[in-house]
Amino acid sequence: MNSYLIFSYAGVALCGIGVFGFIFHSHLIKRLIAFNILSNGVFLILVGLAQNAQKQPDHLPQALVLTGIVVAVAATALALVLIKQWYAISQQTTLPEDQEHQ
Amino acid sequence: MMGVAISMPVILPLLGAIISLLLPARYNNRIAFIFMLGLVVNAAWLLMHFSAQGPYQQVMGGWTLPLGIALRIDALAIIFSMMSCVVASVCGFYARFYLRAKQLKQFWPFFWFLLTALNTIWLSADLFNLYVGLELLTFSAVGLVALGQNKHALAAALRYLFAALLGSMGYLLGIALLYAQFGTLSLSQLSDAFSLTTTSAVALGFMFIGLMMKTAVFPLHTWLPPAHGGSLTPVSALLSALVIKASFYILLRLWMALPFGENAFVIGSLMGTLGGTAIIWGSWMALNQTQLKQIVAYSTLAQIGYFMLIFPLFSYSDPTANQYALHGGVLMLLSHALAKAGMFLAAGNLLICTNKTDLTSLAGLSRYRPLNIFAFGLAGVSIMGLPPSGGFNGKWLLVQSALMQSKWVWLIIILLGSLLSAAYIFKVFSYTYLETKAGDKFEQPSAMLEWSALSLSVLSILLGFFSVWVLDLLTLAEMRMP
Repeated sequence: MNSYLIFSYAGVALCGIGVFGFIFHSHLIKRLIAFNILSNGVFLILVGLAQNAQKQPDHLPQALVLTGIVVAVAATALALVLIKQWYAISQQTTLPEDQEHQ
Repeated sequence: MMGVAISMPVILPLLGAIISLLLPARYNNRIAFIFMLGLVVNAAWLLMHFSAQGPYQQVMGGWTLPLGIALRIDALAIIFSMMSCVVASVCGFYARFYLRAKQLKQFWPFFWFLLTALNTIWLSADLFNLYVGLELLTFSAVGLVALGQNKHALAAALRYLFAALLGSMGYLLGIALLYAQFGTLSLSQLSDAFSLTTTSAVALGFMFIGLMMKTAVFPLHTWLPPAHGGSLTPVSALLSALVIKASFYILLRLWMALPFGENAFVIGSLMGTLGGTAIIWGSWMALNQTQLKQIVAYSTLAQIGYFMLIFPLFSYSDPTANQYALHGGVLMLLSHALAKAGMFLAAGNLLICTNKTDLTSLAGLSRYRPLNIFAFGLAGVSIMGLPPSGGFNGKWLLVQSALMQSKWVWLIIILLGSLLSAAYIFKVFSYTYLETKAGDKFEQPSAMLEWSALSLSVLSILLGFFSVWVLDLLTLAEMRMP
């Protein structure tokens, strides 16, 4: 059990929390936060597992994760704009199909 | 020269996006014309180079393979980039006449980013670059859906965004596991190193589910009908014709590059089952819709099912059947791109005439707008798979492949799906032939709109006559078969 593996396991746990939140929350902001937790989990797995396999720091996954973070930030920004617009038009924080679950 | 030409399909639309954001809106149409022309010329040049010298791979920026990003031209890449050039040009032309000036100003940057992403995906031979392409594609597609500005469009865009993000995360998780095991992200290196272990099976499971979610394969399809049916007409056409193909293309690439061994049958049958269900379910739902564009959107679901039939019809033992399955599938993909874009544009024109979205208000239109109904009908011929059309040739090859391998289940599903698609297309027709006493208070869409719809529909029929060219390209390439 080295530190790389701990990162990976933490990543798996974060993924689990993220997917759970994604499925069981219908509030759009909560769902967006769940997506962010999920993506952070995936990034941790990406860095941790690769370095665990090689037993040394590996720069490629670090570069990939940097790109991934930029993409996730862009996704979050786009989602926030859309959620804001949606709230302005409909005065609702959930999508119409999800409302019966509340 | 080739190194420049191979990167142009990515660089040109990216430049187009930046320029269309920087310059005043009145230059947008001219920019679009120039850049689209550049893309078409470049694609033709790539095609000539490919048919003379075969596949070509280039690693960008002088970095060597595990680190660098490889772009490559092969038969599939060239066919798909030609397809997106043609469909996007016509949709862009349509949008110029269809959208209001304010919408058009927002449309162009998204359009160019969409094209950048598509071309990135067609050309990349690197898993992570494909991920970046997929995400860029999602963002621009979601932006285009949200252009509708109304309540339905926004809800559809949000639903689409969340589904697509979940799909991308599945794909990225798969990449993480594959990299940990094999230490490379380049498709060619991966296909040499690949072996099916527990880790790589889990990785591929995540990737396939993620990609199927983005392609809207049954049962992960619920986001598609509102997004495709509820957005502006040129956007619907772009989404249905091109965007869903991108994630399917990656699925197909993975399937062809990675040796699955004896597990190929199980995985293929599983994906075929999803595809078969999608054909029946999508066609049945299309038959039960009352809104014109929803019918066309559900028809896309069914057609995605046909693409999925490539996987169960692949076989190791019978190379001819194998080839037929791939060729049939690629023809289905191409003819669907042309026919579905044509159909959406024709449907959009019909909606301009009536100003309503339901089927019953179409009454009397076949007399008033015969050209438009003709465009819808020609596209319908290709979707149903009647000869002589690209859709027919594609289905015929799939049927032959199923016959050669005695896989009767897929044969029955293909034929049943064709019958159902004939039913929902003739249903639309029957409404246009009805006459009402209410009088004909129709608005007239501009001739440009009608001709652009017709041009795509005609191309989908012509594909039936020129299928041989496409198939020759595919055979020419020494593509790796499982």
